[in-house]
Amino acid sequence: MTDDLIRRGLSRRGLLQTTAGLIGGTVLPAMPAFAEDKPAIGSYPAGVSGSTAFIGISVPRTGTYAVQGEDELKGYQLAIEHINEGHELIKKISPKTSKGVLGKELKFGVADSAAKPNEAVQAQQRFISENKAIMITGGTSSAVAVALNKLAQREHVIFVCGISGSNDTTGKDCVRYGFRQNFFGQTAAAAIGPVMVKEFGKGKKAAYLTPDYTYGHTVTKSMQDFLASAGWTTVTNQVAPLGAPDYSSYLLNVANSGADVLINVNWGHDAVLSTQQAKQFGVLDKMKLVVPYQVPFIARETGGLMQGVYAATDYWWTIEDKFPLARMFNEAFEKKYGYKPEWGAENSYVSFAHWARMCEEAGSFNPPDVIKAYEKGETIPSLVGDVHYRPEDHQCIRPVIIVKGKQQKDMKNKEDWYDVVEIVPGEGLMQKPDAFGCHLGDYT
Amino acid sequence: MISWPNLVSQLFNGLALGALLALISSGLTIIYGTLGVLNLAHGAMFMIGGYAGFVTYQYTESFILAVIAGSLFVMLLGVVMERVIIRHFYHRPHEDQLLVTFGLGICFVELVRLIFSSQSQLVPPPALFQGITNLGFMFYPTYRLAVVGIVAVALGALFIILYRTRLGMIVRAGIEDSVMVDSLGINVYRVFMIVFGIGAMAAGFAGIVNAPVVSLTPGIGDDILVQTFVVVVIGGVGSFPGAILGGLIAGEIISVTSMFNPGYAYVMLFAAMTLVLVVRPHGLLGVPGRE
Repeated sequence: MTDDLIRRGLSRRGLLQTTAGLIGGTVLPAMPAFAEDKPAIGSYPAGVSGSTAFIGISVPRTGTYAVQGEDELKGYQLAIEHINEGHELIKKISPKTSKGVLGKELKFGVADSAAKPNEAVQAQQRFISENKAIMITGGTSSAVAVALNKLAQREHVIFVCGISGSNDTTGKDCVRYGFRQNFFGQTAAAAIGPVMVKEFGKGKKAAYLTPDYTYGHTVTKSMQDFLASAGWTTVTNQVAPLGAPDYSSYLLNVANSGADVLINVNWGHDAVLSTQQAKQFGVLDKMKLVVPYQVPFIARETGGLMQGVYAATDYWWTIEDKFPLARMFNEAFEKKYGYKPEWGAENSYVSFAHWARMCEEAGSFNPPDVIKAYEKGETIPSLVGDVHYRPEDHQCIRPVIIVKGKQQKDMKNKEDWYDVVEIVPGEGLMQKPDAFGCHLGDYT
Repeated sequence: MISWPNLVSQLFNGLALGALLALISSGLTIIYGTLGVLNLAHGAMFMIGGYAGFVTYQYTESFILAVIAGSLFVMLLGVVMERVIIRHFYHRPHEDQLLVTFGLGICFVELVRLIFSSQSQLVPPPALFQGITNLGFMFYPTYRLAVVGIVAVALGALFIILYRTRLGMIVRAGIEDSVMVDSLGINVYRVFMIVFGIGAMAAGFAGIVNAPVVSLTPGIGDDILVQTFVVVVIGGVGSFPGAILGGLIAGEIISVTSMFNPGYAYVMLFAAMTLVLVVRPHGLLGVPGRE
């Protein structure tokens, strides 16, 4: 063909120009439309230069938070499936989504964090350097969430937080690149505190079981601060390491403390074990139990010990009567996994849906643009009604749901563990943006 | 919560906690003392004992059958493990032994997780021991009281086997000098297999006896393994009485420290172990040269 062109009188220069034009015409349309003039940052644009975008997921699949981690993972997987197929529910949350995010199919890798910060950070570092992850997620332990916050800021990769109840995550350890959808210590205390005062009265004595890391300390502190305003006092605070194999000695202290209410801040299997052992030691016969930061599956795993117990949570499936999107989510989740979703799955799903929306709104995966889309603070849909992200600390302002464990005779099916007592709007639960020392850091 | 009633309560609780640690540790220390193999799968065997008992309970609703099945299953597992894998590592470096038992432990845990998931499984205590007992100075779970008695009987049986039988004599001789035992015409490998089986059975027995106190999860053995090693180090490696003493000391340290500041309970346990290692490297009742 080249010989033919030359024979037809095409000069060498003309040939070169034509060839360059052909190459340009072939290559340029394939280049990402969003590559624009944005400078490379983090894994952008390398991570989205092909037809896919990669997400690094680290959840605990072993250790004391394994049950909750598996539930979160299912929420992530469902969200990715829905985003890739352009599911109706995703479109309700992210209307510009067609298939994938900005036309890119989402791929993901999963690592077991065992709720340990170093393991989560190593896994995510690998996902960022080897897979060019454009977004990372993880948590379940706030220690992990805080560590991944720092990694995200350092690597300039957006971190969408998994379950994390510590005030620090969007407080003193907040970062520009991190976002949290779920409720946390401060909002849990502000939501459940009034219910406790109304139910148990003023001037009560409280005993705490607190896991010894950022989540436990900040949730307990928030509860103590709120209840102090109603004249409650702390008679004992039993701080135990994560994964303690036995709570007998802590519970003896609680039993001998003269408390009226036991506030169990433990989480995961620690919460299950400490609650069961509290029953064994007769503590639950002496005092009321409250779980300020509800633990997914605790009602089932403790075999009915949550009956009559108040808890604050991010989501409970029976709110589907009030929220159509929750019904859509419950139906899709149950169809795929065979059980009603808990709040770990809900947080995972909504966090990813919100991230997809922000990328679509920004029209780019470029992290500073996506961050700014979040920081517009627009009111956006979620499974619990409209919410928005606060630009000052990247915390989602969303309702907290207060539940009370049902008596067995009142359960309509085997997963009908709780009555929804109240859905408390998020705005009034939040601390001032700078109250926990948040300084977001730079975009670049 | 510093008060006399609380101190008495915690001392008593330390005894109960220590008894259980002593039973688990005794299996570990016998295996190490005789075979020279530090079995990092010991925690997994403790866990499997619980699950084997749990399955038996599901089918029979008999706690006694659950205890028997849990113990025998893990003993059988221990025998098979020794014959198929451990035997090939007696003459290899300790690092290889650690790695192979560590790997086996991971395999066991993940296999159980695959079958039962990570969710907690409950084994209720027998009807006779349900509820709470008023001891006068404190209320205490009846089953935990029973555990102290059950463990005492089990440790007594182990004592009789080790100190009043021919097999026990050979085992103790093997701990001192296995080459000499071999040269006396005794099949040391057969003894090793039996010892591994007995050590595993002690872990399995403890696993199912402990099941009503805790809820079963695949990782339950990992949590207890570290404490078990501390007990063995404090008591003296290879010493059966040392395991009992170490268990009781560990139980009391955890329990009493938590009365003053629960956050330091495990710190104090490790501090005590460090102190023993500095002052008496072979442990409180161990023999020099075996550490």
